[in-house]
Amino acid sequence: MPAAPIARLDNVRKTYQMGLVIVEALRGLTLDIHQGEYISIMGPSGCGKSTLLNLLGCLDRPTTGRYWLGEQDVSQMDDDALSMVRGSRLGFIFQSYNLIQQLSVVENIEIPLYYLGWPEAESRAMATKLAARVGLEKRLDHKPYELSGGQQQRVAIARALVNDPLVILADEPTGNLDSTSGADILKLFDELHQQGKTIIMVTHDEHIGQRTRRAIRLRDGVVESDVKRN
Amino acid sequence: MNPPSTPPSSGSGLAFSRIKRSFRLGVKSLWLHRLRSLLTVLGIVFGVCSVIAMLAIGEGASFEAQEQIKNLGSQNIILRSVKPPDDQKISASPGDRILDYGLQYADIKRIKATIPGVTVVVPGRVLREYVWHISRRADCEVLATVPWYPQMRNQRVATGRFFTEREMERAVNVCVLGAEMAAKLFPLEVPLGRDVRVGSAYYRVIGVMEPLVKNSKTDDTQGVAAPPANRMFIPLSTARTRYGEILVKQRSGSFEAEKVALHEVTVKVHDPAAVVDISLAIKDVLDRNHKKQDFDIIVPLELLKRAERTKQIFNIVLGSIAAISLLVGGIGIMNIMLANVTERTREIGIRRALGARRRDIITQFVVEAVMLSGAGGLIGVALGVGIPFLVTHFADMLTIVTFWSPLLAFTISGLVGIVFGLYPAIRAANMDPVEALRHE
Repeated sequence: MPAAPIARLDNVRKTYQMGLVIVEALRGLTLDIHQGEYISIMGPSGCGKSTLLNLLGCLDRPTTGRYWLGEQDVSQMDDDALSMVRGSRLGFIFQSYNLIQQLSVVENIEIPLYYLGWPEAESRAMATKLAARVGLEKRLDHKPYELSGGQQQRVAIARALVNDPLVILADEPTGNLDSTSGADILKLFDELHQQGKTIIMVTHDEHIGQRTRRAIRLRDGVVESDVKRN
Repeated sequence: MNPPSTPPSSGSGLAFSRIKRSFRLGVKSLWLHRLRSLLTVLGIVFGVCSVIAMLAIGEGASFEAQEQIKNLGSQNIILRSVKPPDDQKISASPGDRILDYGLQYADIKRIKATIPGVTVVVPGRVLREYVWHISRRADCEVLATVPWYPQMRNQRVATGRFFTEREMERAVNVCVLGAEMAAKLFPLEVPLGRDVRVGSAYYRVIGVMEPLVKNSKTDDTQGVAAPPANRMFIPLSTARTRYGEILVKQRSGSFEAEKVALHEVTVKVHDPAAVVDISLAIKDVLDRNHKKQDFDIIVPLELLKRAERTKQIFNIVLGSIAAISLLVGGIGIMNIMLANVTERTREIGIRRALGARRRDIITQFVVEAVMLSGAGGLIGVALGVGIPFLVTHFADMLTIVTFWSPLLAFTISGLVGIVFGLYPAIRAANMDPVEALRHE
């Protein structure tokens, strides 16, 4: 049954130099991620969650080890190539939404397509379609500060979907939201999962962890447990 | 249903549309801090505007000076009688009040006889008189001269004609008015054929000269006494019969008499290259017969060269001022762009996460810097072209906005944007995306 993984970490290490101390954030982590998985990554602070997410998101390179995304080994790519990979194969959702304040909803959704070089008319059409998908078709020209937190996070989700990514990476997506809008966002994630999207979510909320089909726990830079549910 | 992850189409129009979009993005970002952007731009505005305005005024002034010198004739050498300094006055007896100085008719003969390559000599006498027409009066310089004066001095008759050699020989009472004089004495009538009175004599107006190049308030440019506005020309022979050799001036209750044969002599040199040498030769000839320093030699060609040199220096000084002011403006832009980059660290992180390459970030911030400096340049050009108009209108000074100066100033201001925007942009691009995203 198992097809080739769409993302694969092989004995990945990441060390930082902080002043005179060398910190080992990840100590030989191996992980396979398959198409359509809905994964939560949990663990106490300082366990390497953020580092792992940055590596998965191609924002950083492992010190040693390999990272395949699709068929590409991205662990040793240069900066421009990594930018291309982020823009074409990954979608990011952040805790604090990270929308650009001077741009409207539809322009925020368009950003990844802009850097992929899409012509304006087509990217506008695509962004409008995705805004409708997250229920913001009436707010296309609003600025982020005119929206509620839940709506802003929806914009961010639409932006993460606009380039049809291989993997969607979410970093505490409900962390800044009240429980009602948080639940709405999680429902949206469930829908995306049902449509076959691959989602990796970092969280420290056990309840959210329960919703996902696979829960990975980290401790001191290694996988402590990796539970799959159905 | 799934959108493709590669661009559906691409072409050469894409690059243009990208530039257009990054400009639009720049407008949005700069508009967020309108006041700050405006204040930043002011440095460039003043730099560009002052350069264009100063160049226009300088160009106008030097054009005037050159035109005046050209009116003297570049192949001419002009000799003028000057009152000798006090200590050189030779008074034969204490009672002798007649001051005898200046160029003599004999001097002309000597120059003609001894110096080759000198063709035409225009003598002239200058008399200050009131000129009347019925009840209108004008203070005027009456220039007694010869018929070929206009050709020699590059002046033209507007209406009527200059006096002829026949009239000269017969010492007829005719006159040609300067344009300003004609306007003053005959504001409504046509002056041709009318009579004007000077002292007790009447002169028939036979012509009116074209106006000279408009004078600035400065009477003296590059050492050339500008021709006075009020001039009237009469034949030299007429003046000699009417006034004799001795001029009597009434001065604070007493009379002072001067004996000056010729006030002005113009010598035309055929070979332009020999002008300077011949002027020295003339000085030699005259020095031998004049004990007092009672004449002055003006060589317009030398003045022209000097004027050109002065203009060069002026341009160099202006260029330095321009460079400094644009440098200051550029530093202002760099300063604000650095603040901008720091403030928008988060945005840079977001863009990098969403696929922006380093060069995309550099482009974005350089475009913003260029838009700042370009907008400043544009406003500066508008002001810089407008100010000379005001100067001409209110200060009555000739200004010339050359076509290249706004172009140059604008181009340089754009370059300033690139040069001073590059460093902040590179700093923005070299930020670590992870750090930038974490920035508050």
